[in-house]
Amino acid sequence: MWDYTDKVKEYFYNPKNAGVLEDANGVGDVGAISCGDALRLMLKVEQDTEIILAAKFQTFGCGSAIASSSALTELIIGKTVTEALELTNQDIADFLGGLPPEKMHCSVMGYEALRAAIANYKGDTWEDDHEEGALLCKCFGVDEGMVERAIRVNKLTTMEQVTHFTKATGSCGTCVESVESVLARVNADMVAAGEIDAALAFDPARAALPQRRERVKSSPLTTAKPQMTLLQRIRIIEAAIEELRPYLKADGGDCELVDVDGDRVMVRLSGACVGCQAASVTIGGIQERLATKLGRPLRVIPVPPGH
Amino acid sequence: MRPVYLDNNATTRVDPKVVSAMLPFFTEQFGNASSMHAFGSEVGAALKRARQQLQALLGTEFDHEIVYTGSGTESDNTALLSALETQPGRDEIVTSTVEHPAVLALCQWLQKTRGTKVFYTPVDSRGRLDIDAYRKALSPKTAIVSIMWANNETGTIFPVEQLADLAHEAGALFHTDAVQAVGKVPIDLKTSEIDLLSLSGHKLHAPKGIGALYVRRGVRLRPLLRGGHQERGRRASTENAPGIIGLGVAAELALEHMHDEQTRVKALRDRLEKGLLQRIGNAFVTGDTENRLPNTANIAFEFIEGEGILLLLNKAGIACSSGSACTSGSLEPSHVLRAMKVPYTAAHGAIRFSFSRESSDDDVDRVLDAMPTVVEKLRALSPFWKAGQQAAFEPTYA
Repeated sequence: MWDYTDKVKEYFYNPKNAGVLEDANGVGDVGAISCGDALRLMLKVEQDTEIILAAKFQTFGCGSAIASSSALTELIIGKTVTEALELTNQDIADFLGGLPPEKMHCSVMGYEALRAAIANYKGDTWEDDHEEGALLCKCFGVDEGMVERAIRVNKLTTMEQVTHFTKATGSCGTCVESVESVLARVNADMVAAGEIDAALAFDPARAALPQRRERVKSSPLTTAKPQMTLLQRIRIIEAAIEELRPYLKADGGDCELVDVDGDRVMVRLSGACVGCQAASVTIGGIQERLATKLGRPLRVIPVPPGH
Repeated sequence: MRPVYLDNNATTRVDPKVVSAMLPFFTEQFGNASSMHAFGSEVGAALKRARQQLQALLGTEFDHEIVYTGSGTESDNTALLSALETQPGRDEIVTSTVEHPAVLALCQWLQKTRGTKVFYTPVDSRGRLDIDAYRKALSPKTAIVSIMWANNETGTIFPVEQLADLAHEAGALFHTDAVQAVGKVPIDLKTSEIDLLSLSGHKLHAPKGIGALYVRRGVRLRPLLRGGHQERGRRASTENAPGIIGLGVAAELALEHMHDEQTRVKALRDRLEKGLLQRIGNAFVTGDTENRLPNTANIAFEFIEGEGILLLLNKAGIACSSGSACTSGSLEPSHVLRAMKVPYTAAHGAIRFSFSRESSDDDVDRVLDAMPTVVEKLRALSPFWKAGQQAAFEPTYA
């Protein structure tokens, strides 16, 4: 079962603005039944003020697709067309208290339907220009297309670089092999095209060599403690966040610990993370990392900047 | 509200009689069956009895024909990998497009890493195997055929005896993944052409983590796990005594309830199907209704998506499953329904209800009460649904 927030469940069980809007003057259709996801967004826009007076939706899809569609209508009603266009798919996900990484595409579908409906209102057609690949890194929601683009544009040849640029493999690391195979394939293409030197290209055989580990001098028998104190937990959380910050900073973002309350860890994202489309996936990644370090489940909650 | 559990093809509740038979083997008779002392020999005797109980369910002649494993998946993997080593001059596999991933993913991996040739026999719109294509796929190069006894999603039963005959005509071994069939349909292996058969405990009210592979006497077997003499050297590992003993009792209970499964459970399933189709339009049963497991119903509801149905049913306390893409995180719906060419408009909304001997009339009533509202609610949300104007997909049951 997916880890849906209460808000997602609420918007799925009792969706607001579901159904047909009879006097719509802007309609956007995205998705297809073959993909298992399709959304029709209907808008009634006041001609003079360009204010969206009403919005309704019809969705074929999973629970989070229906919740995202409903959330979208709630977000745009009362806004002008220009204001509505400033919304990102992240705003939809945030409104719902976050979505599982595999379900972020549901919020993207809402974002696209909004653009399609507004284009239709203006008498244009909207072209779908995004392409997706297989989801490689579930912790940070990085797909194959994102990894490949980062490698080509920045001429990346090591896994460390790929992690710095895309965050992929930065948390649990179970996707290392699949990311490595993309890096090896793209590097081979780039060598063939004369874009990089063959000597620099990523070598999967070398990457597969076992890694040496620093020897730990203390014995687990003497250090094992039945219960961690709050201070000990906070120190571990701080250290784990410190380890993650270089990756966030590489993207112009940052993160700081605000408070720890039982199993709830409050953090503040700053810099480029604010309003970033992938912020909720970043939070998910931090959560996974902290849970591994502490050896117990916890919930990471983003605190809005300035609070 | 009492929960309604209709997902027994996913897993079953361990029978309390099975649990109580297992318990002494955790804390009292915890010995290693290989040990020379009394702790070991007590366990050895119990394992022998458990093997006889499973033999009775499968109708096997010799006790050494059963090799215990950790799961149905391990049994499937052992059978296929072994055959590729033991059949000189034969390196091809014949299977079907609707197998469980335990067979399909292994075959795809063999194709990719070893260049093994694999033929995937297609099925028709009712999920029945294309026998002509199957005959043509068999050749003097075929090492093993692996065709499931019954499909996990639709319950469709394959003519395994006929298929085993044909495989033997071509000189190939015949393996069947009978994970969904064992305990639900009568099996008598001593009169059968089947060489290898895989089963899993947790599908018949035994615990998870115990499976078995039947290896017909005389069939060569290369172990998957090496490192011990257990199971006559064919599966090294200290015997999972509680699991094996639990599976033995579960096998005995399955045999006792076989008639109930074939009659009362089947009647429950049929009443559910009939009732749902009467109450809900644009819905149809998938699979071969003439040859099906008595406990499985797979019904496609057009123009809606399975995850939504499952979430709403879950809220009503009803547990079942779907082959929908969204529940697995991929974009493709069930490979079984796609192989049957069920259109996307219906494949995404296919729901599987799977009963067991613990199911009751009340369970059926609860689903019949809840389902029409669920479907109506989701169809009202669906952009593809226009009540009364839809031409339903008619499966061509020719």
